[in-house]
Amino acid sequence: MSNVPSELRYAKSHEWVRSGGELAEIGITDHAQHELTDVVFVELPVVGRKVKAGEVCAVVESVKTASDIYSPISGEVVAVNGALPSQPSLVNTAPYGEGWFFKVRPSAPAEVSALLTADQYRAQIGG
Amino acid sequence: MLKRTPLFEAHVGLGARIVEFGGWEMPIQYSGILDEHHAVRTAAGLFDISHMGEVFVSGPAAEEFLNGVLTNDLRKLVPGQGQYTLMCRPHGGVIDDLFAYRIGAVDFLLIVNASRADVDMAWLTARLLEFPRRSEVQLTNASDRLSAVALQGPRVSEFVDDVFPGPFEHSGSLSSRPTEMKRNRISVFSYGGTPVWFARTGYTGEDGFEIVAPNALVVELWQRLLAVGKSHGLKPCGLGARDTLRTEMCFPLYGQELNEEWSPIEAGLDVFVALDQKEFQGSEHMLKQRTAGLRRRLVALRLLEKGAPPPRPHYSVWGEGGDGVRLGETTSGTLSPSLGVGIGMAYLPVAHAEPGTRVYLEIRGKRYAAEVTKKPLYRRPAATGAAKAV
Repeated sequence: MSNVPSELRYAKSHEWVRSGGELAEIGITDHAQHELTDVVFVELPVVGRKVKAGEVCAVVESVKTASDIYSPISGEVVAVNGALPSQPSLVNTAPYGEGWFFKVRPSAPAEVSALLTADQYRAQIGG
Repeated sequence: MLKRTPLFEAHVGLGARIVEFGGWEMPIQYSGILDEHHAVRTAAGLFDISHMGEVFVSGPAAEEFLNGVLTNDLRKLVPGQGQYTLMCRPHGGVIDDLFAYRIGAVDFLLIVNASRADVDMAWLTARLLEFPRRSEVQLTNASDRLSAVALQGPRVSEFVDDVFPGPFEHSGSLSSRPTEMKRNRISVFSYGGTPVWFARTGYTGEDGFEIVAPNALVVELWQRLLAVGKSHGLKPCGLGARDTLRTEMCFPLYGQELNEEWSPIEAGLDVFVALDQKEFQGSEHMLKQRTAGLRRRLVALRLLEKGAPPPRPHYSVWGEGGDGVRLGETTSGTLSPSLGVGIGMAYLPVAHAEPGTRVYLEIRGKRYAAEVTKKPLYRRPAATGAAKAV
């Protein structure tokens, strides 16, 4: 079954958020990477971009399909994972670690608590 | 209602992801498209192709009839030999692309696309009604009782003879075992006493066989091949890898490169069109095209930048220069697992169809440089003498 770490919060569209400090780290879930299959390309937002919760801000492509990635929260993109363009398979092998997508400085920190908990997300994906 | 092959349960048991393809529920992948692709390029892969259609055409006038509806020249075939060919409408549009085998002096087996089998049968039946010697031709669609698997890859020859130890009695097979067969040959081998058709062909660019067997036998045959081939690197492979493998070879896929709009000449399949040898459905139109010159031609494309997104069907192709003209769109596109770069095919104006021509693919509003490339896009290392550093 998919790995759903309990310390993270989740969007219905299968992104995770790791918050705590000033910045929130965002990636896609183990379930999402499994559904996508072999990731062969990742397009990341530019640093400095202001994103709104629910906005398309990245693209991930497997051999067969391209999928939009939505920002689960609003804020300014302050960093992106520079390893992904050359090693997109990190999304498959370490979705919660080296396969992270980008970091934002949240503009509405309360949005995080409106996201799904690990239990709620687990229920959504049926596992 | 989608159809399932007799192997459907076996696919689910192997953890396959199932998708709709040509009216069938088929496996798109098992372990992963990249893994399966590399298995076929370096070892062996087994594909369920039971969705494909099998049509038998027999009788003293079968050759004459088929030669009037198919583009390639069947007279060249000796018993046990097959050829790639196409079936076209009078205006040259392609009804289907298929393999035609001469399995006896007056007997032919056609292997047709799943999505086109019904259209093919309707067309063949209608043409047969107009054919003067129709009483000397028998047309039989055996698709519902026959299944097929494709066994593909450089290591297939290491174990295939172990599974099919000899020819089927009285079949007149010229080869005593599968590995003795030459490319594009067909033979009948025994599987536990049941006759099974073996054709040394495929859709991947690798050595291999397409094996046609009765529905009742195919599950056991599939399991046995997987068990025997396992230690030789054999993996079950889905339609995903089948697509990346054939795209690297620039083999057309009906519905993408081929349809009723384009003729085989425009698709670059001239070598399978016997315009100078005979008349057939569409030949008049194709002769005119050849004389007048083509406006567009199917080309192979290769992205120049390794980090570019993978191309997909229906991406716009642009000419050189920031405000270059839109030349057409991709018919196929994928990341090439063998080359590590995006590849595709597109119908482009002939002025832009020469290998080496620079074009641009539009992907999500951005243009990426690509080059028209000689087909096939991938060559087996053995064929070129040395692996290309790509």
